[in-house]
Amino acid sequence: MSSRDFWGATALSLLFLLVLLGVWHLATLPRQQASAANDEYAKLMGKGAKKTEGLPTPAQIGETAWKHLSDPFYDHGSNDKGIGIQLAYSLGRVALGYALAILVAVPLGFLIGMSPLMHRALDPFIQVLKPISPLAWMPIALYTIKDSSVSGVFVIFICSVWPVLINTAHGVASVRRDWLNVARTLEVKPLRKAFSVILPAAAPTILTGMRISMGIAWLVIVAAEMLVGGTGIGYFVWNEWNNLNLANVIFAILTIGVVGMALDLAIGRLQKLVTYVD
Amino acid sequence: MAFLEVQGLSKIYPAKDGKPVPVFEDVDFAIEQGEFVCVVGHSGCGKTTILNILAGLDTASEGVVIMDRREVAGPSLDRGVVFQGHALLPWLTVMKNIAFAVRSRWPEWDRIQVGLHCQKYIDMVGLTGAEHKKPAELSGGMKQRVGIARAFAIQPKMLLLDEPFGALDALTRGVIQDELLKICAATRQTVFMITHDVDEALLLADRILLMSNGPRAAIAETVENTMAAPRARHNMHHDPQYYPIRNHLVDFLVNRSKRWDRDTPQRTAANVVHLRH
Repeated sequence: MSSRDFWGATALSLLFLLVLLGVWHLATLPRQQASAANDEYAKLMGKGAKKTEGLPTPAQIGETAWKHLSDPFYDHGSNDKGIGIQLAYSLGRVALGYALAILVAVPLGFLIGMSPLMHRALDPFIQVLKPISPLAWMPIALYTIKDSSVSGVFVIFICSVWPVLINTAHGVASVRRDWLNVARTLEVKPLRKAFSVILPAAAPTILTGMRISMGIAWLVIVAAEMLVGGTGIGYFVWNEWNNLNLANVIFAILTIGVVGMALDLAIGRLQKLVTYVD
Repeated sequence: MAFLEVQGLSKIYPAKDGKPVPVFEDVDFAIEQGEFVCVVGHSGCGKTTILNILAGLDTASEGVVIMDRREVAGPSLDRGVVFQGHALLPWLTVMKNIAFAVRSRWPEWDRIQVGLHCQKYIDMVGLTGAEHKKPAELSGGMKQRVGIARAFAIQPKMLLLDEPFGALDALTRGVIQDELLKICAATRQTVFMITHDVDEALLLADRILLMSNGPRAAIAETVENTMAAPRARHNMHHDPQYYPIRNHLVDFLVNRSKRWDRDTPQRTAANVVHLRH
């Protein structure tokens, strides 16, 4: 992409953002002609009508965002923690479940990729287990593990494991015959072959699986935390919904989006590192 | 006993109707130490399969290969292979591709020893300055040079080349042929090479094995290259023996390779053609 294209695209992006904010702002302007009944109701409730009406304006979101971002790590008890702490809980669960998934999926994928027998033997299990919504495991997880936080980690594990497993198996099985023959003619020992020929050859495919898994894990953690509660960005969204604080909900949604993008970019960077031009 | 003995080699694949079809049958030949032997034949006669059996990457249905008084049973560092499609590991640099082979051969060597050894072979194939490039940054000819350097670097007892220059343009091919000739002359390397190119065979080979067409292919003729070594590409065609041998080879490929039949009693020692005019 030339620099002219880059600046053009950036200018357009900013324009779209302005249009979006403008439409949002106009749509959420406080209505002046509130009915008399509502005024009375507001008086009864002891508040101005403006506060509870409709969705927050972009300015209010900005205000909320500033409030959260200026003090992200406060901790005022179980229902009032800073956004940074909530995110840290979610990221911690994702990191743990995701790391476990990779520890299991990559070696198992190697086995399946190397052995057509294991591939055929394990394929039915994978095909049946893969399409199960990760949240459907939640009751089983809660019953067996008996700890809501660990159950969240388990749900992340179970949803991250499949894309990595399938991509690893595929990547390993489709390593070029020529490269394996090179290793054979050089009498390379199996372990060295696995680490210095098969792993680098399959790495881009494995990383693609890891990228997909990370996307799913970040989607699922929000839902899982809404279910199990306690801590995390998912719980925060649910809690603020119960408080009817939509500004906080929208701010949390935006945060989830930005963090998800950052995670994807990070793995994308890693993917670029192991990608080779053939 | 010759350095390499191939005796009664056959490769049989089951056909669709269940009847086994031999690609080639009863292939016998021998290669002396330091000899450069080319195999010429049409596609489908099983040349590459023979080479793979020599490399230990494939197994014969019948027959044995004996190298240096030992039967070939699987791949070995004693036989270096240059693959048709160069087969470089694309995520490694030129240096690291060669170092991968060198470390396999001499696992006890330290980093400096490996580096020096690799550099020697990189210089030998004329790739000095490209040590830290990835294969994707190299031209086809340069890639194949890396493949050759990698095969030579492990100092194998024998080198197996599977149409190494097939994918290169004529100019590049000529340059690399000259280099290969130089290196082989300097190292007295024993070489078995497959080619489609009659001129390439004439330039490089001391002996040329002509294979009949498959199925049931065999070595139909053995042609001694009587042009005095060292041969050079630029004046080889002035040699009085060049055209007679060349015509003989081309005639074989165009006519005799199809007609040749193992059951007619022509397959005798008389088939070993020594063209001396």
